[in-house]
Parts: sequence; structure tokens; C-alpha cells
Amino acid sequence: MKNLGSVFAAYLLGWGIFFVYFVSVGRRMASLRDDVERLKKLVGRDK
Amino acid sequence: MKKSVIAALAVMVLLGGAAYASFFVAPTERTMGTIQRIFYLHMPSAITAFAAFLVCFVANVLYVLKREQSWDWLGVSAAEVGLAFVSVVLVTGPIWAKPVWGIWWTWDARLTSTFVLWLLYVAYLLLRSMIEDPERRALLSAVFGIFAFLDVPLVYMSIRWWRTQHPQPVIFGGPGSGLAPAMWRVDLLSWVALMSLMALLVRYRYELEALRGKVDALRLVVSEREPREAEAQ
Repeated sequence: MKNLGSVFAAYLLGWGIFFVYFVSVGRRMASLRDDVERLKKLVGRDK
Repeated sequence: MKKSVIAALAVMVLLGGAAYASFFVAPTERTMGTIQRIFYLHMPSAITAFAAFLVCFVANVLYVLKREQSWDWLGVSAAEVGLAFVSVVLVTGPIWAKPVWGIWWTWDARLTSTFVLWLLYVAYLLLRSMIEDPERRALLSAVFGIFAFLDVPLVYMSIRWWRTQHPQPVIFGGPGSGLAPAMWRVDLLSWVALMSLMALLVRYRYELEALRGKVDALRLVVSEREPREAEAQ
């Protein structure tokens, strides 16, 4: 089983990239949801 | 249960199955040994990235023709997801290359054109981040995206047109190429799993862009109201 460590490293890094990307979209989405709520309050208050 | 949760669970099961098959079902390749198992992540990731960039290209063309915001949202979503897949290709390739070639990287036609592809879509996203006006941003990035896609066929054909350090095509490579049926089945499963992941990520990223559109619209309402209120005072 020569190079098994390299195969594991490749899969870990590959899956890591997808995971980090997924988390980054989630964080950006949460921040935008906060903005929507804040702006809705602002628009509602000014009516 | 929500449809999106079921879809995410199905993709996770597919990815887990593909990883299991890559490690335990696929036979060990005779010449390269265990390191060849990287192929089941590397090659399907490359094809999936091409598919994502094709979606981006079609969305960019449709935006230029119809000027509908939803095509711009789809374009940027597919570009970003495609970039994640190319990043996986660029990371897994050198890990395979080091024990097989003795070097991490070489500037041959396939590797260089793939790196250029990565740079082109990074530039696409940077361009978008530099333009404030949403319509101008959408149009300029759509035009840039159409040109960026020209590198995709170049990457695909590079190992057919030039003699490269990168292995010659295994699939659709003509006489003498091909995979053993057991390897082919594992490769197909990995490809289906990664295409499903791509579709899921594009959909998720599209939701983010739609939310950004909502924020822009609300900001416009607030900014239009402020001068009117100042005039009234």
C-alpha cells in the first residue's frame, strides 16, 4: 500500500475545498439575511 | 423533510459511496499502484468543472441576449462552483504527479492551460467585485465569461494536440485507450456524485445571489427615500 498517505491527503484536501466553499456560501448568506432584516426594518420604520 | 435537505443527504450518500468505491472496490492499477486511486477524484472533478463553466457560458450568452438578472445570477454561481472544482483538480494533480513523475508540476500544455483556466475565472470574479453598478457588472462579466470559456476546449484538446507530460486521454482517446470495466464503473459513480454536488452547490450559490439582489433592491428604496426626506425637512 505504498503512497496510501498521498491518496488520503488528496481526498482530504479535495473534500476540504468543497467543505470550505460550502461554509463560505453559508456565512455570506447569513450575513445577507441580516442585511435584509435590517433594511426591511428601516423601510418599515420610515413608512 | 425539506426537499433541499433530502437532496443534500442524497449527494452525501453518493459522495460517500464514490469514496468507498475508489478506495475499496476499484482494482489497484498495475503500473502506478495505489496512487492511481487519486484519478477517481481528479478526472471527474475536471469534467464537472467543464460542465459548470459550460453552464456559466450559456448563462452569460443568455444574459447578453435577454438582459435578465436571473442569467447573471446563474452565471456567477456556476463560475464560482466551477472554480472550486478546478482548484480540486490543481491540488490533486500534483499529489499524484510527485510519486509518478518525480516532480510536482511542469509547464506542459495541459497543466498550463488548466492553470490559465483557474486564473481566468478568478479574474471573472475579481472583475465583478470591482464594478458597483449591477447592470454594468452583469454585462461586462458576461462578455468576459464568454471569452474565458474559450479556454475550456483548449484544456480538453491540449493532450490531443500536443505531446505532454500529462497522460494521454483515457476516455474518448481512440484505439488503445480506455479503462478496465471495474475502474470505469467507479469512475462513472464518482462523476455522477460530483455532478450532483455541483448541481447542489450551484443552486445554493444561486440563492445567495438572489438574496444579494434583494438587498440591492432594498438599499435602492432606502437611498431614494433619504433625499426626499431631506427635501421635506
